[in-house]
Amino acid sequence: MAFDLGVFCKSTLDGEAVDHCFSALLGLGQNADPSYLDWLMKAWSWTLAVAGLSLLIALVLGVLMGTLRTLPDGSGLSRWLVRISTAWVELFRNIPILVQVFLWYHVIPAFVLPLKALPSYWLVSIALGFFTSARIAEQVRAGIQALPSGQRMAATALGLTTLQSYRYVILPMALRIVIPPLTSESMNVIKNSSVAFAVSVPELTLFAMQAQEETSRGVEIYLAVTLLYALSAFGVNRVMTWIEKRTRIPGFIVPSDNVAAH
Amino acid sequence: MKTHLLRISLFCVGIISAQLVLAASPTLDKVKSSGAITMGVRESSIPMSYTTGDSRFDGYHVEICRMILADIKDKLGLSTLRINYQPVTSQNRVPLMQNGTIDIECGTTTNNVARSKDVGFANTLYVEEVRIAVKANSGINSIGQLAGKKVATTTGTTSVQLLRKHEKANGVNFDEVFGKDHADSFLLLESGRADAFVMDGSILAGNIANAKNPKDFKIVGEVLSTEPIAIMVRKDDPEFKAAVNAAIAKIVANGKMPSLWNKWFLAPIPPKNIVVGLELSPATKNAWANLNDKPAEDYQKK
Repeated sequence: MAFDLGVFCKSTLDGEAVDHCFSALLGLGQNADPSYLDWLMKAWSWTLAVAGLSLLIALVLGVLMGTLRTLPDGSGLSRWLVRISTAWVELFRNIPILVQVFLWYHVIPAFVLPLKALPSYWLVSIALGFFTSARIAEQVRAGIQALPSGQRMAATALGLTTLQSYRYVILPMALRIVIPPLTSESMNVIKNSSVAFAVSVPELTLFAMQAQEETSRGVEIYLAVTLLYALSAFGVNRVMTWIEKRTRIPGFIVPSDNVAAH
Repeated sequence: MKTHLLRISLFCVGIISAQLVLAASPTLDKVKSSGAITMGVRESSIPMSYTTGDSRFDGYHVEICRMILADIKDKLGLSTLRINYQPVTSQNRVPLMQNGTIDIECGTTTNNVARSKDVGFANTLYVEEVRIAVKANSGINSIGQLAGKKVATTTGTTSVQLLRKHEKANGVNFDEVFGKDHADSFLLLESGRADAFVMDGSILAGNIANAKNPKDFKIVGEVLSTEPIAIMVRKDDPEFKAAVNAAIAKIVANGKMPSLWNKWFLAPIPPKNIVVGLELSPATKNAWANLNDKPAEDYQKK
């Protein structure tokens, strides 16, 4: 079983070699039939699309739910918001992701008919987004609770409302603290996006399963797919590190105090 | 002294005859020395090869393989031959055959040119036809009516590529949806997420037989592709393959094939007593009449 990367230059229709290994690269011209490399790139873009939309949903909902869980005891409204956000987190992190994907694809549209018209790309992104939002919510909550309680008290003493103290005092600090776990979570979204194959989104995992069957070149196909997953996750890692550096305020976050103390 | 000489000469004869067998076939030799053989089987390829529970396996190909192995046992002069069953998947069946984990695979493996570079195939006893399953009330009767419709098929099967080729050749466009396994693809058809399910005829028939209301579905249209499904053996062991083919020829000559077909495809089968209900196709009948190990590519040329 020799190692043969030529498989990527074969046509996906008849398995013969195609004119251009990669369609329309630098205007070299289009293939009459797509090659496996063309397909691989298309699959990669689906993986990135699912991961991107999921991450967007997860960040928005995760920060919201995580913040709501830390609301101070007070009026009836805030007590209800805490309960709702806690229920959200417990619901979405206690069900396996693949089960959630099936629920969103097969079960929920049976009851909520308009969802049937929604493409599976959206359904799986919602499922993955909600699942990840529960995890992000917990990290945001941890970030907020890591702040000394004096911060919140000082904000109140200054006369800020709850909304204002979160907006101007608590969240700017807490979100900076949780960037490292958010980095892992964002990388996880890339990897977890492989569940989309189960609801027929033609992403990398579906490509791998299908192309290795068609070409009998499993090693090469899985190697390429692994490489792209690793590359995507590493790209996310670099972006998050850049954000972490850009938003850093010297002396602002606890770890730098620790460094100074040693 | 005399007895001693006799013993030595007997010993030499023993060694020579053992070596003759050794040189003949690694698989047969292994079977002879260990008194056991490992059969690769599938978990849920009803009715070809599947589990009936409690790690027991049965099916059309499995029963044929048991007959073949009984024949080989007699040929080797063994009093008993233990058969170990090893479940395999589409992904691992070829590597497991190559590395010697399984000695004979009795599942649903298509004999094609790409695979025959890695493994050997016995003579074909079942020819699969790729067909279309639709809801009985859908009014769809041929592939021509599927343009623009949602067509389900299973990831990791040759049917996906077949649909692509058909789209290209006829300038039509299907909206393809991919199930992660056959049950999932059938669910897509059942729940209305797909208008048709394109797959091997036996799989369609098996899924329909297992459905809540089998009458709601039917298999329609032309045969989209024909593929020989064959028993897999090791590539570098022509002796063993010849022994398997000889056994197959004996089974066919004894006229056992039609009753085997009835047993697995037309009568209730364990464990749930469902009826697959797939009539014997002319292609399969032809394979029995002219035993051969032609790959799928040769069937396409017709």
